[in-house]
Amino acid sequence: MFAALFSVFVTAADWVSPSIDYHALAPEIILAGGVVVVLLLDLFTSENNKWMLGPVTSFTLLGSFIPILTLALSDSGTRSLFDGRYVVDNFSLTMKGLFVLAGYLVVLLSSDYLREGDFYEGEYWILMLSSLLGMVMMASSRDLVSIFVSLEFLSIPAYMMAAWRKRDLRSNEAGVKYFLLGVFASALMLYGMSLLYGISNSTLLTDIGKYVSGEMSAVRAVAILFVVVGFAFKISAVPFHTWAPDTYEGAPTPVTAFLSVASKAAGFVALLTVVYVGFPNASEVWQPVFWIFAALTMTVGNVMALRQTNIVRMLAYSSISQGGFILMPLAIAGEGDSAGAALRAVVTYLLVYAATNLGVFAVVIAVSHKTRSGAISSYGGLFSYAPGLAIVMTIFMASLAGIPPLGGWIGKFGSFQALVSAGTTWGYALAVIGAVNTVIAFGYYGNVMREMWMRPVPDGDTTHVVVPSAITVALGLTTFATLLMGILPGLVLHFGDLANLAGAFGG
Amino acid sequence: MDLSDNNWVLSVGTFLPLLGVLVMLFVPKAQETTTKSVALLTSVATLGVGIYTLTQFNFDQAGKMQFVAETNWISVLKSTYFVGVDGISLPLYLLSMVITLLVMIYSWNHVPAPGNTKAFFALMLILQTGMAGTFIARDLILFFVFFELVLLPMYFMIGVWGGEHRQYASLKFFLYTMFGSALMLVAFLALFFKTGAESFSIPFLIEQGAGISRSAQIWIFGGMFVGFAVKVPMFPFHTWLPDAHTQAPTQGSVILAAVLLKLGTYGFVRIAIPILPVAAEEWAPWIGLLAVVGIIYGALGCLAQTDMKRLIAFSSVAHMGFVMLGISTLTPFGVNAAVFGMVAHGLITGMLFFVAGSVKERYHTLEISRLSGMLKQMPRMGWIMGFCVMASLGLPGLAGFWGEFPAILSAYQPAAGLSEVTFRIYMVIAAIGTVLAAAYLLWLFQRTAFGEPAAEFSGDNNEGHGKGKGIHDVNIFEWMAWTPLLAAILVLGIFPNLLFKIIDPAVAGVLSAFGG
Repeated sequence: MFAALFSVFVTAADWVSPSIDYHALAPEIILAGGVVVVLLLDLFTSENNKWMLGPVTSFTLLGSFIPILTLALSDSGTRSLFDGRYVVDNFSLTMKGLFVLAGYLVVLLSSDYLREGDFYEGEYWILMLSSLLGMVMMASSRDLVSIFVSLEFLSIPAYMMAAWRKRDLRSNEAGVKYFLLGVFASALMLYGMSLLYGISNSTLLTDIGKYVSGEMSAVRAVAILFVVVGFAFKISAVPFHTWAPDTYEGAPTPVTAFLSVASKAAGFVALLTVVYVGFPNASEVWQPVFWIFAALTMTVGNVMALRQTNIVRMLAYSSISQGGFILMPLAIAGEGDSAGAALRAVVTYLLVYAATNLGVFAVVIAVSHKTRSGAISSYGGLFSYAPGLAIVMTIFMASLAGIPPLGGWIGKFGSFQALVSAGTTWGYALAVIGAVNTVIAFGYYGNVMREMWMRPVPDGDTTHVVVPSAITVALGLTTFATLLMGILPGLVLHFGDLANLAGAFGG
Repeated sequence: MDLSDNNWVLSVGTFLPLLGVLVMLFVPKAQETTTKSVALLTSVATLGVGIYTLTQFNFDQAGKMQFVAETNWISVLKSTYFVGVDGISLPLYLLSMVITLLVMIYSWNHVPAPGNTKAFFALMLILQTGMAGTFIARDLILFFVFFELVLLPMYFMIGVWGGEHRQYASLKFFLYTMFGSALMLVAFLALFFKTGAESFSIPFLIEQGAGISRSAQIWIFGGMFVGFAVKVPMFPFHTWLPDAHTQAPTQGSVILAAVLLKLGTYGFVRIAIPILPVAAEEWAPWIGLLAVVGIIYGALGCLAQTDMKRLIAFSSVAHMGFVMLGISTLTPFGVNAAVFGMVAHGLITGMLFFVAGSVKERYHTLEISRLSGMLKQMPRMGWIMGFCVMASLGLPGLAGFWGEFPAILSAYQPAAGLSEVTFRIYMVIAAIGTVLAAAYLLWLFQRTAFGEPAAEFSGDNNEGHGKGKGIHDVNIFEWMAWTPLLAAILVLGIFPNLLFKIIDPAVAGVLSAFGG
């Protein structure tokens, strides 16, 4: 297939080097540079100086955030590179900002964890930066090939990161499961993509958008279905979620945070791009699929989460269920003018979810450092001996449960609003299912609160919890963001609104 | 509305408690007196702002929204920060401030186990913001945020400081309310889109709401109904209430009974009925039915209780049934009675829970069968309880009467379009309910207050030892917390017009769609 694609490029007239907008590519270039710098530093520094790799990684991430900002502030609007195969629009900039900042928070969560766990530091940072580079590229890709390349680019380092605790069987299991199912999903997606190419004779999404319309032949429906299912693995939508709990539990906790936030967001970005730019006229195929995915994902995720006794496993199912909520608006994105509202809802939810969920993992890392346990019951009495941690955890849990005035509620609200805006029976039905699920979800989020506030300390050990300064910073940032987005939702919705996806629905 | 330039007072009055919480965060946990003083001062200051609001309120224009402030909040969602009070909101808004202050005074030396004064007082202040905010919100999203803001503090208050089965009770309370509000939110959104997706402002929706098709109105009203009815609580959504009340600490029970329950009835009066008049008419007989079922069910429930606090909790179900019956008639008379009933029930039941809390503190039990002779052992406490019981059963001359009696009377002549026969049947049932109310309340009083003190609690109490150890009459903090409530019950009972005259014009506005 690649050979065929290659021949297309070769035979297409004389090769003219495309003019490259380096400003538009600056975030990617900085990240790529960071990978090289960290690699070289790792090779040529002594063990004693390895500590500097973490800071270099975070500076790289903050450095790549600068061009994202300047691009966002420049008036040139959408920048289209390589014949529209790589587009820098407000949507991609918002998501790039999300990836880079989430990456920065994960660096804060990881640094102490890595140092204490006697892990290979250099490789960890390189893999993380590579994965982030893949995500940042994903946000701009508007072509099947670049989407696939970005997807593999972000996934393969993540497989390795999941298996990072080399001598720990659970971690190995996590990595292998993630890898096998991920590869399987990629294969499915590639098959779908090849069908799409066969239908439209192009890999460019906007071209595909023109061909995938009108009468839905079986082959078109199958192509769309395979591509969507491929991404459903990435966002762990039920019934393609089975890898997530094991992988989340087995992987090192900062990696789990990374997977459940950044990697998941990347899956959604890809899904949004493909659906909005590639299949805008095929909504009768993907709308029911997303409806079923959303309903199943949030319900199954919730019900399974209720039964968990391990905090990370519970968070894995919670993250699955949150994914269902994020998916909800896509089930009506093709109705009338709901596309904009749905896009805004998804982007807003992703932003809020990222801040809150990273905060949750920061608390989990801080607490497990003291309790050395992953059991939810180990949070018993946290409020009595670490009130600060208990209060921020309560804020995060309430935010995930969607209680105003915290960030999570504005995400949920946006999703409900988009659903109801369509005014269809299906939309209302899904909104009601979502409403019921919101209540169920409180069962397990409330359980953590109950442990912290109302239960005794399980082993009577009430020594002070030492929170490393990096994690304190991460907690501060995420708490601030969670509260701010809830009290002044205009800020985050503004980003959701800005995030117009160039070329979406033929626009 | 240029009635006044004082449009900052409501926002200050609502958010001042949060400022207090912020200050408290910086007070070291060990300095309990400082913590309590900060909290108490905050709530005194809040009530001060509330009283200033009252003095500036233009009583001749009680039907109009006053101190209106409107500013951008979530412009993308077409939701604004829009607040104001009228004759319906004002009494409830002030009630929330008064109750919070009194509860704080009571808590000065009554912080329930397991202690942690700082968190306890901070939660009460957050609750206060949520309650006050709900009563002034003029925008559905703002209303929803405040409505939900009270959930978590109350959840923790019951769950941390409550009785033996506190965790079960708090979770039940939370899940019920959250289920209701989730459906309510969907209903709000449906309303928003059915009126052209232009605004969440309540006045705007009242103008536009009548244009929604009949069937859509009925569905949307149904969503709101669940949300508000859980909070009221109406039969059959009431089952969280006895558990929550029984397990909650005294302070929690008082706030719950006095203010939180009113959020539900207020929602009916302020939002559901004026915006969706057609659906309201359709639903009214059913609401009336559930209201009278609640009255009878609550009363029978009371007769079966062996625990004093649980009995008072069930009596709340019955009393809120009267309030809902008044609302369901859709007449100015009925709604006036309902709003009066909300305030009266807040004062009286709040007071009863205070008494129950103090009894529990002294006897360490609320088993009615174990208590007796309170009038002998603690005459003041006994008579205060007697006074509240009389008020609660609707004795003329006390506040309870003016909520209950007009509500029953209003069912004689419901709004045009509602079946007179149905409502007259409701009236008769509700009247039977008052008899039952007298029965269970007097029976309660008789069993606990009359007779000789039970052997297990009697004995020399002046010496500080013996079986009666620790049983003393009303103390100074209790007097300080209770006197204002007792006075208010009496004053409103003798001069009900103090309240009716500000409620009435506002009610007329709410019911304008029914020719009221």
